[in-house]
Amino acid sequence: MAGDEILYMHDICKDYVMADSVLHVLKNITLTVRKGQFLAILGPSGSGKSTLMNIIGCLDVPTSGDYWLAGRYVADEDETSLSHIRNREIGFVFQSFQLLQRQTALENVELPLIYANMPEKKRKERAQECLEMVGLSDKMDNYPNQLSGGQQQRVAIARAMANHPSILLADEPTGALDQRTGAQVMELFHELNDEGNTIIMITHDSKIASHAKRIVKILDGVISEGDTSDA
Amino acid sequence: MFVESFRMALRNIKSNKMRSFLTMLGIVIGVAAVIGLVTIVQGVTSRVMDEFSDLGAGMMSVSAPGTALKRGLTESDVETLRAIDGVEGVSPNLSTTGSAVKNREIFDNVTIEGDDLSYFQRNSSMLEEGRIFNASEADGNTYVCMVDKTFVTKVLNGTDPIGQTVRLNGIEYTIIGRLGANNSMMSMSDTSNSDGTVYLPYRNVMHMTGTAQIQSLEVYTKDGADSSAVESALRAALDRIYNNADNAYAVINMESLLSVMDTVSGMLTTMLGGIAAISLLVGGIGIMNMMLVSVTERTREIGLRKALGAEPRRIQIQFLMESILLSLIGGAIGIVFGLLIAFIGSSVLNTTFRISYGAIALGAGFSAAVGIIFGWMPAKRASELNPIDALRAD
Repeated sequence: MAGDEILYMHDICKDYVMADSVLHVLKNITLTVRKGQFLAILGPSGSGKSTLMNIIGCLDVPTSGDYWLAGRYVADEDETSLSHIRNREIGFVFQSFQLLQRQTALENVELPLIYANMPEKKRKERAQECLEMVGLSDKMDNYPNQLSGGQQQRVAIARAMANHPSILLADEPTGALDQRTGAQVMELFHELNDEGNTIIMITHDSKIASHAKRIVKILDGVISEGDTSDA
Repeated sequence: MFVESFRMALRNIKSNKMRSFLTMLGIVIGVAAVIGLVTIVQGVTSRVMDEFSDLGAGMMSVSAPGTALKRGLTESDVETLRAIDGVEGVSPNLSTTGSAVKNREIFDNVTIEGDDLSYFQRNSSMLEEGRIFNASEADGNTYVCMVDKTFVTKVLNGTDPIGQTVRLNGIEYTIIGRLGANNSMMSMSDTSNSDGTVYLPYRNVMHMTGTAQIQSLEVYTKDGADSSAVESALRAALDRIYNNADNAYAVINMESLLSVMDTVSGMLTTMLGGIAAISLLVGGIGIMNMMLVSVTERTREIGLRKALGAEPRRIQIQFLMESILLSLIGGAIGIVFGLLIAFIGSSVLNTTFRISYGAIALGAGFSAAVGIIFGWMPAKRASELNPIDALRAD
């Protein structure tokens, strides 16, 4: 892995064993991402894009192949190690926001910091910082049901940034939002990327994908078209 | 890490108070029942044992009706019993009803009780005024007596009894003392028609009733004597006196009664312990059920926490903390209610209310154990959830 590469995958395969056959979901995927890139992985449903995202995000391990993330080999780690890696290196943004309903915006943003064993005072400061960064410091003590969809997603983005992750990994981030709010969220992504954050976005919508500076297309478990090395 | 898990657990329990309460209800009831019942039982037995001890330490009561050939014990038989090693005293007990005449008024419902000097020496707290007869006055030819409060009220019209004379069954007696409540198990129960009780040396009563046979007595053992050894010697002597006849006598040894009580109390407590274990088991199953439901309902949340970096162990600890906390809080509430029940119960039954810290500690300990044991499986299940699948759950 070269100095400014944040992610390097080589010959990644993922198979699912069914009752009477084996399903090859990912077939020899090779992918390099540099620090600070804004990458979109574009594919229809069933293309394997979700599976690829799970492997990138260390929620799953490949059946075979190599994966280096932030200089560390992560293809064969156990769940406990993976959870640490996720905590430190990956900032997830989900289509359905995935905020804890019974906790305030601030408490939601604190969550990854709790799992990073950050002391309480420092945690609250950092969480407030992140909410400021997405422009929601005044909604600190609100519960998710008191926030609009766009606001909830922005809280989720604040949460994703809390631990200074290597990669911001967004799965259909605007899927549950209307056009206007979606555009606001994409604007926020641009800002974050301008500040040097690496963003990988998974989507089936080519309009959304075009916000990114680099598009990788995936179909039937194979990366096709677009760049497989950095632009 | 444990502090955060504890806080999270507490928050989750508080966030759904109704469900949390219903979950711990089993434990609350179980612990309350056990603490309440055990405390009451211990209060009752300790009260009974105390009373028995007062009455019975070092005392055996003998009922010796005898046989057709020999109806009761003679004075010389009593002397034989007195000579047994370890015996401090023997008090024959004879009772009859008689009449008292005072100021030309006849009272014919007077209880006349005859005992030995040793009886009054043993129950010296009975004496409230005046004195007990002495050894020389117990020969049967002197006419002194003690009376009780009822006698003073009814026969003497409340006047000071000491020094007064009264005619009992025709013979004039001088009253030398007044006695209070009688603790002896041998005394006849007080009826409201009674004109009171008069206490005489037993020989006087024997002369009065014209009987030379003693059928009822109390045997007192010396301090430190082995009561079962004395009981054996006593039985042997009585067998000799009655020529080994069947059913000639009965000996009730208070000390053996006390140890039987102790054993019974122990068995009761153990039984209650068994019931406690069962009810805690049921309570624990309730907790396990609720935790399983909780895990299922919070699958998405668990998936998210894992995605954000929670290790499987951390999830496990979080859910274990919840079940332990539920059990402990349930146990604490149960202990409070249990003590309340015990307090009310002991007031109603008029027994001592003694808090058993052992039972409380046991209740708390068992609650925690139940929380760990019955929370283990749901917590393990939560920790093993696949985050990808979990995030997809609804």
